[in-house]
Amino acid sequence: MTEEYVEIDLSLPSMKVVSNLCKGCGLCIEHCPKDCIEFTDKFNELGYKYAKYSGEGCTGCGICFYACPEPGAIIVYKKVREKK
Amino acid sequence: MKAAVLEKPKAFYDKFERKGKTQQETTHYCPGCGHGNLHKIITEALSEFGVDDRSIIVSPVGCSVFAYYYFDTGNIQAAHGRAPAVATGLKRSNPESIVISYQGDGDLAAIGGDEILQAANRGENMTVIFVNNAIYGMTGGQMAPTTLVGQKTTTSPYGRKIENEGYPIRMSEIIATLEAPVYVERTALVDFKTINHTKRAIRKAIKNQIDKKGFSFVEVLAPCPTGWKITPVDSQKWIQQHMMPYFPVQAFKDVSDQRESMEIEQRDYSDQEVLDVLGLSQLGEKKQVPASFIENFPTQFMKIAGFGGQGVLSAGVVMAACAMNENLEVTWIPSYGPEMRGGTANCSVILSNSRIGSPLTTNPNVLIVMNGPSLDAFEDDVQPNGLIIVNTSIVDRRVKRDDVDVLYIPLTEIASGLGLTAAANMVCLGAYLEYTKLIDYKSLFEIVPLAIKKKHLVDTNLKAIKEGVKYIRENYSR
Amino acid sequence: MQKELIKGNEAVIKGALMAGCSLYFGYPITPASEIAQAAAYYFPLLGGTFVQAESEVAAINMVYGASAAGKRVMTASSGPGLSLKQEGISYCAGAELPCVIADIMRAGPGLGNIWPEQGDYNQMVKGGGHGNYRNIVLAPNSAQEMCDLTMKAFELADIYRNPCIVITDAYIGQMMEPVEFPTTRKKVPYKEWALYGDEKSKKNLVTSILMNTHLEEEHNKKLQKKYQTIAENEVLYEALNTEDADIVLVGYGIISRILLNVMEILRKQDKKVGLIRPITLFPFPSDFISQAADSVKSFLVVELSNGQMIDDVKLAVNGRKDVHFYNRMGGAVPSVDEIVDVVKKFI
Repeated sequence: MTEEYVEIDLSLPSMKVVSNLCKGCGLCIEHCPKDCIEFTDKFNELGYKYAKYSGEGCTGCGICFYACPEPGAIIVYKKVREKK
Repeated sequence: MKAAVLEKPKAFYDKFERKGKTQQETTHYCPGCGHGNLHKIITEALSEFGVDDRSIIVSPVGCSVFAYYYFDTGNIQAAHGRAPAVATGLKRSNPESIVISYQGDGDLAAIGGDEILQAANRGENMTVIFVNNAIYGMTGGQMAPTTLVGQKTTTSPYGRKIENEGYPIRMSEIIATLEAPVYVERTALVDFKTINHTKRAIRKAIKNQIDKKGFSFVEVLAPCPTGWKITPVDSQKWIQQHMMPYFPVQAFKDVSDQRESMEIEQRDYSDQEVLDVLGLSQLGEKKQVPASFIENFPTQFMKIAGFGGQGVLSAGVVMAACAMNENLEVTWIPSYGPEMRGGTANCSVILSNSRIGSPLTTNPNVLIVMNGPSLDAFEDDVQPNGLIIVNTSIVDRRVKRDDVDVLYIPLTEIASGLGLTAAANMVCLGAYLEYTKLIDYKSLFEIVPLAIKKKHLVDTNLKAIKEGVKYIRENYSR
Repeated sequence: MQKELIKGNEAVIKGALMAGCSLYFGYPITPASEIAQAAAYYFPLLGGTFVQAESEVAAINMVYGASAAGKRVMTASSGPGLSLKQEGISYCAGAELPCVIADIMRAGPGLGNIWPEQGDYNQMVKGGGHGNYRNIVLAPNSAQEMCDLTMKAFELADIYRNPCIVITDAYIGQMMEPVEFPTTRKKVPYKEWALYGDEKSKKNLVTSILMNTHLEEEHNKKLQKKYQTIAENEVLYEALNTEDADIVLVGYGIISRILLNVMEILRKQDKKVGLIRPITLFPFPSDFISQAADSVKSFLVVELSNGQMIDDVKLAVNGRKDVHFYNRMGGAVPSVDEIVDVVKKFI
């Protein structure tokens, strides 16, 4: 995993589909164990009905990232506990 | 609170500018295609090992012909099926580079079947990623060597038939039978578990190369929804239901732990070392030779012929080297091509004071015959007033022509008397030079020690030359 | 001694090593095998690489890889092997990869036989593989030139980023002659475009695919311009007695040596005979032949083929004078007397 520690706002979603890079293959939706990714009804610039995060339930497991064939279409933010 | 970000690995270009002016952030691959997942896994591993700067990806012919759009590494595109040969050239040139041959099933298992087997068998320290999607994607869904029995493609429209196309080829199993490969594993891209398996396998295959362990091969069963004409989700199910039963997902060979790291010594060689190795350091100045010697030297068109093993070729080489040492122009050419007649070994030697044209002595003015068939073959070709030297130990007839000079010498018997039958050729050269006086016979003494590989035989050969000289003095003094 | 008595085929390898060549990939074939054998012997002793490839096809693709990696690299073969290598040579030309390929020609078509011929002229000089490209082609006629022109081939290949062929016949390869070698090994230049497997060179891409038709056309134009530059600057030939000649003999390789004897014999008989020996077959000495056509009455082209180089002579002469032809094929080599008789028919 490419792990990079950055400060993020806790209100951010835990995963994000970059809508204009999504080809609508649906593999992230298929493999999300929490069923928290869904298709939109809209077409993106590439002409695909793209996937999006439903807004809740993501645990940051990363399965969608590897299921997605596009290099940059999915970004996952995985919460890490501060070391004491 | 902190977060770990999982995003496009660094070994990808930020923008895919080689792709063209538009859509520089997405791949050219179809939705659901497995290539993208594999590119992600490879780039992630390269970044993680910190070797992306050292890496060179070989793009094949197939859908991944444009793999070089994406990898922020050295990139090269290879002819169809030849990626392992190209990778061999790259890796042997720069052993510290990390070379990854990325190939599809048509490229690797059909047109490049030999290149992959031989690179594997040589144990090239490289990583091969074999993407098996049972179809030719790029060219429009034709049958691949891994297409399943019954599978319909544009060139197996009624389904692959065993009688016509045979069975799908299992490359991992074949390669695992070879001794050299260090790691061979088949994985798939169908779910979280298999994708993780693929990640582990590709990491290991790259790590083996970094550790200089040798040849690693990962076959990945990957979806081609467009070629299969089903959805990406169904494609993954199709792999599970149809491909995985025939192409078992497992490690076939892993001796990574047992293999030693193969270090290759690299250093520069000095000019002196190079000359020593090439045997050129013994060369020196031109010998001083009287101008009159060169001016008056009559061109010698020599043919030396006999059985194989009688030293006819080496006699020619020694004579040519001797004349070269006297600053004459020389050529030597062995019996070759249509010139070869009568089952004799022979060579043509020309010694001249000027530039030599054709090296062939169709009409020699010196003929040396070590056996009977050679005399039969070449006697008529000798120029009038030429010289024929006959080895009477073996040739049992006289020369028929009366317009040539002939020396009859029992060359083999003289040599046998010295305990070295093979030195008959040197007896002959001594006799030839003593009789013609064209070059001092002692000049041979400078050449023979250099020309004879078996150094313990040098003395006997020098004696043989002297015996030849002696025979002429005793029998043909002019 | 100042010189080494050495076979032409072996002189190729010693020349290659002195030119800084460090990798050899090849497949055995008569009559070029001595080149591979010499490479197998010498390259490992100098830290170089010799790999006997699984095929001619693999060998040229290994060359492609090593050339891309910035090294000086070569391979050698004979007709049937060169036929197999053509795809790879086209890729080298397309990707502008320098490499040296020796072709010790034998008789064809098909398996033919192992005796000397010059039937590879068209496939090596005119392109041979697919696409619009030219190889630089050097044609030695002595062991000394086998060394010298191999060394030159590496220089030209690097200067122009182009495959460079050393083409000759089995006689020149098998023949031993005195050769004077250089005493310093050439340094291989750093190549800005090559893939060294490091941070500086990782931006580089070696490829011959350009999907954009405009870019592919531009690439082709650039290649054609390069070939034009080569044609303007790199022509080599040897001309003897052409100034007052009535008939000029034209031949390369072993034929040029036989023609030398022919010319000498006829000159002694007061026949005005000249000789032109192209040393570069591409670029071809067209300008010189064209000039010669102003004064001579006719040309006689002699080849060990069905008449391949003669097309280039005819293009240069452009119909102004007769271009006669004499040939042997299948491995037969004409004798001096045979050609003397032929020349006499035309003067």
